[in-house]
Amino acid sequence: MSDSKDFILGVYDDEDVLLHAVSKIRGAGIKIDEVYSPFPVHGLDDELGYKKSRLPIAAFLFGMLGTTLALTMQIWMLGIDWPMIIGGKNFVAIPDFVPVTFELTVLLAAFGMVGTFLVSSDLKPWKDPKLLDIRITDDKHIMAIDLAKNKAVDAAQIGSALKDSGAVEVNDKKVEE
Amino acid sequence: MQVTSPVRKPLITGGKTVHDVTEDICRQVEAKPSKLWLMAFGVSVVTLAIGFLAVAATLWEGIGMWGLNKTVGWAWDITNFVWWVGIGHAGTLISAVLLLFRQKWRMAINRAAEAMTIFAVICAAMFPVLHMGRPWLGAYWALPLPNTFGSLWVNFNSPLLWDVFAISTYFSVSLVFWYLGLVPDFATIRDRATGMRKTIYGALSLGWDGAARTWSRYESVSLILAGLATPLVLSVHTIVSFDFATSVIPGWHTTIFPPYFVAGAIFSGFAMVLTLMIVTRQVFKLQDYITIEHIELMNIVIIVTGSIVGIAYITEFFIAWYSGVPAEQYAFFNRMQGPYWWAYWSMMTCNVISPQLFWSKKIRTSIAATFIISIIVNIGMWFERFVIIVTSLHRDYLPSSWAMFYPTVYDMGVYLFTFGLFFTAFFLFAKFFPVINMAEVKSIVKSSSENSVEKTA
Repeated sequence: MSDSKDFILGVYDDEDVLLHAVSKIRGAGIKIDEVYSPFPVHGLDDELGYKKSRLPIAAFLFGMLGTTLALTMQIWMLGIDWPMIIGGKNFVAIPDFVPVTFELTVLLAAFGMVGTFLVSSDLKPWKDPKLLDIRITDDKHIMAIDLAKNKAVDAAQIGSALKDSGAVEVNDKKVEE
Repeated sequence: MQVTSPVRKPLITGGKTVHDVTEDICRQVEAKPSKLWLMAFGVSVVTLAIGFLAVAATLWEGIGMWGLNKTVGWAWDITNFVWWVGIGHAGTLISAVLLLFRQKWRMAINRAAEAMTIFAVICAAMFPVLHMGRPWLGAYWALPLPNTFGSLWVNFNSPLLWDVFAISTYFSVSLVFWYLGLVPDFATIRDRATGMRKTIYGALSLGWDGAARTWSRYESVSLILAGLATPLVLSVHTIVSFDFATSVIPGWHTTIFPPYFVAGAIFSGFAMVLTLMIVTRQVFKLQDYITIEHIELMNIVIIVTGSIVGIAYITEFFIAWYSGVPAEQYAFFNRMQGPYWWAYWSMMTCNVISPQLFWSKKIRTSIAATFIISIIVNIGMWFERFVIIVTSLHRDYLPSSWAMFYPTVYDMGVYLFTFGLFFTAFFLFAKFFPVINMAEVKSIVKSSSENSVEKTA
């Protein structure tokens, strides 16, 4: 038992039915392992009780890093390391440094945030997704319920709860670890 | 639950289901290339090869191969650069600005528009790179590396350097945005494929499994990226316009340039999106996803931006007269009546008059008319840059140095090369990548397809 997981899968073909089903199933005291969808379903994360992503904070911090790096680089290069008079301007002409500072802020914020997203969601080219159902990337929403985490509820009861919530199919799936 | 007002026209016609979206979009990726595609691709590669001869000659002999002279030191190179960068504005505008405004019609066109953006920016970058003469040393001119020219570091006071940062940031952020959008769709193709194809699309899809937790983060990343890309789009053409506006050449030294260039860029970008999308929907039979409604909405954007451009031309002219500066007045008078009058009036006809035809509902919902006008607009936008650049330069401060610009066959060849590059890349994209964002379109099947809109009504 230790190297395999038993799942009961509820298959849904309508995102609104799915949203109601999630709250019903959770209301019935059944723990949902994860819901898989072919497209983003708005409000699904709230229904599942997921915390708001902190990625915007990561983006802000990376952006600040970009601003700091860009300003330090320009002020050090033209103001300290090799000051030259260019067009009669100050050595440290801050207004002239705005465009490059802005671009590097955006660049680092975007790349830093996307990098954080890839790492936190464990997305990488050599990863095997181990889909519970091949139709996840086509047109079906799959609600996965891990039996090991729902010892209190009987498997048959979970199955009928899924059916009642509007699942078009209820399947069992064993996943080898 | 998403609710769409019954007054909205359906964005997906033909009673499509979610599964139909997968089938319709994956079909062209999975099928053998059609004869039509092979022909079009072949023509692009041949164009690329012929154009490459001009690039090779430029690199071998130097930029003396081009028609530039002491008076007109910038001509087709920068004209083509600004033209391509402008075209590259529509993609990110569609995917970022329209995402922030929650415009769902962007979903069918954003993928191809972003691809177009990326290829157009690559084409644009060819010109400054080749104009360096010895591009392999270009890193010392363009990047903050210690050089031996006497200045040690690059000049951060120069708009040309701002351009380097603006264009490369725009390119890389657009690329990331585009790729991130492709990941769920690559997963769809992966799960339908076998063998080698499965391995390649599997690697490209980064092990995507559609988990709600990942989608939730993904949505948050898309929104922030859109928020970052929006000022980025506006900054890029603003900085391109600074190349001219910060100089003291009459005809260039105007504060109206940034908004005027940005509007022009969106105008030409949307025109190019229309040109490509009209062909793509026909060839891949995507009329149910890229509907007349989409074309009409893009034509409305063209009227708006075309009118802004028209007002900018007139304002510029008025201010030149009103300023009382003879040099400024002469520059504009010379544009209209000097030796380049034909370029000025081509620009006026193509950019100011032709988009106004879209006020007629009949014209803006006609595929043929839209296709023709979209090409006319891009011809006009090329002339706009040519007029701004060459007519402002060719009458120098001293009449003894007045000159004309005549392009050589190498100028034309390098321009041809970028066309070859653009279409080769676009055809490869159209064959091997899903041209419509499946995941996003699927999310509106329920709320914005023909069936549902009828139901609500």
